[in-house]
Amino acid sequence: MTDALNTSPTPGSATTPGNRQRDALAKLMADRARPTLPGPMSNILTFGWRALLKIKHVPEQLFDVLVTPIMFTVMFTYLFGGALAGSTDAYLNFLLPGILAQTVVFTTIYTGMTLNTDIHKGIYDRFKSMPVWHPSPLVGAMAGDVIRYTASAVIVFFIGMIMGYRSEAGLFGIIQAVLLLNLFAFGISWVFTTIGLLMRTPGAVMTLSWLFLMPVTFASNIFVDPATMPGWLQSVISVNPVAHLVTALRAVLEGSATLPVIAIALIAPAILLAIFGPVTMLLYRRQR
Amino acid sequence: MDAPQLAIEVTGLAKHFGKTRAVNGIDLRVRAGSVYGLLGPNGAGKTTTVRMLATLIPPDSGNAQVLGLDVATQAAEVRQRISLTGQFASVDEDLTGRENLRLLARLLGFHGRSGKARAQQLLDAFDLSDAADKQVKDYSGGMRRRLDIASSLIVPPELLFLDEPTTGLDPRSRNQVWDIVRSLAQAGTTVLLTTQYLEEADQLAERIAVIDHGRVIAEGTPAELKRSVGSGVLRLRLANPEDRPAAHQWLEQQLGSAVTLEAEPTSLSIQLSDTGRAASLLSGLSGLGIALASFSMDQPSLDEVFLALTGHHTEPAEEALTP
Repeated sequence: MTDALNTSPTPGSATTPGNRQRDALAKLMADRARPTLPGPMSNILTFGWRALLKIKHVPEQLFDVLVTPIMFTVMFTYLFGGALAGSTDAYLNFLLPGILAQTVVFTTIYTGMTLNTDIHKGIYDRFKSMPVWHPSPLVGAMAGDVIRYTASAVIVFFIGMIMGYRSEAGLFGIIQAVLLLNLFAFGISWVFTTIGLLMRTPGAVMTLSWLFLMPVTFASNIFVDPATMPGWLQSVISVNPVAHLVTALRAVLEGSATLPVIAIALIAPAILLAIFGPVTMLLYRRQR
Repeated sequence: MDAPQLAIEVTGLAKHFGKTRAVNGIDLRVRAGSVYGLLGPNGAGKTTTVRMLATLIPPDSGNAQVLGLDVATQAAEVRQRISLTGQFASVDEDLTGRENLRLLARLLGFHGRSGKARAQQLLDAFDLSDAADKQVKDYSGGMRRRLDIASSLIVPPELLFLDEPTTGLDPRSRNQVWDIVRSLAQAGTTVLLTTQYLEEADQLAERIAVIDHGRVIAEGTPAELKRSVGSGVLRLRLANPEDRPAAHQWLEQQLGSAVTLEAEPTSLSIQLSDTGRAASLLSGLSGLGIALASFSMDQPSLDEVFLALTGHHTEPAEEALTP
């Protein structure tokens, strides 16, 4: 199939494959059409499209994201339900918003790992040498992560409903919860892009990210009401961003959400974005 | 617009990574419309130089003008007019060839139908149509390289950086890449090419800079360079190893000291300043009754170039893969 590119440098005869290719290339180079360069938003969407294409070609990457939440929801409900809330049904209504938060927060690690594997490939050199908005490859990848977060949240709702969960706020509450989860995840994922750029291997990214995520997810109000915990732990939980997210999710799904509750849940991701966004970009630019 | 006479003008360019002086004061002048070769071993600083000129990393010191623009202060303008084909295939292996081209076309403003059309045009010109919808990870090295170069031409750049475009390719794919570079040059694109092969630089480049330890140690046309290192190497294998001392002695009488005894006991190699002498040397040897098993005329290897220019062999780089 490569014959058309054969070198055969026989000068004079216009029909040789070499000449044909030369002509095709000359035509290509003569077509100096330069469309107007698109803006940052268009760049982000294009990179989001790249993330979707990658999911299309490597669907296995969604496997973890879809299976882990099923495991967590089923396991924790039946494991703790009777002991903690008297019945699994009662516990499920308490636990489900927490499991949503845990699932999506765990999924943010993939942002760092994907970046870590992706960035060592030559294609980032190309992106950097192109006239595109510099953060757009990263922000675009995160836009693609919306698929991951939303898929894992939907799975949790689905399994929960099979097991008997009902949202008092109905579909509207569920949509609000998914939106809130996505906003929260977007903010904190910059921590993991920073880790992803600092570490040498995806394994190291995973280990360090877990060290960070284990305490913030377990020292929280995901599994039990903190009222029975020692005072010091309660004060830790009162400043834990994941706990605020869970509180807001419970409110949203009960239909009792107020603006302040949602705003408090979004303070931490906003601060993390403000700090780790620029740090990520600095590391990205220095990447050699 | 008034095209600047020099596509690249660099003085005192330097970059350190920790204690490693990857680039240690390089000067370059590349004429617009020419193919320019940076020749050197792994770790010499070629890739780091290219990365600075392509605005991927900022120089620590020195001045670099690309197409009349300063890479440090006008990087965004530079990026609109250059393309880079990196040392490691700068394409997305998970996507298909077509998707790669459409992705980059979209980033450059070709939307919808115009992006599809441009991708198809590139696939055709680079003979990739048959594999267009296969994932790039299933491509051969040569196909990957062609896609990589095609990706650089979505908007034809005024200056194209090709970082070791043929390293690791089989001879046939290498010839294809050479043909592409020649076609690009004919179309008026300036090409800055890095390579480890003198032959490649000789085939393609109008001028060559030889780089060692982050410095330019020689610069000139391929002819000038070969004048200083000898234009070719005659490699001989004798039928009988016992003949070698006699052959060595006679050749040295004819030429001076340019004869090297190879590790293999029947082999000799001879640096020639004038390839025309090869025939008379061969007939002289047969006149002495020394039978040859084989002979070949080669370009000097990079190692022989270095030996001639610096008096030392190329040293294995500490970190061969460090850009």
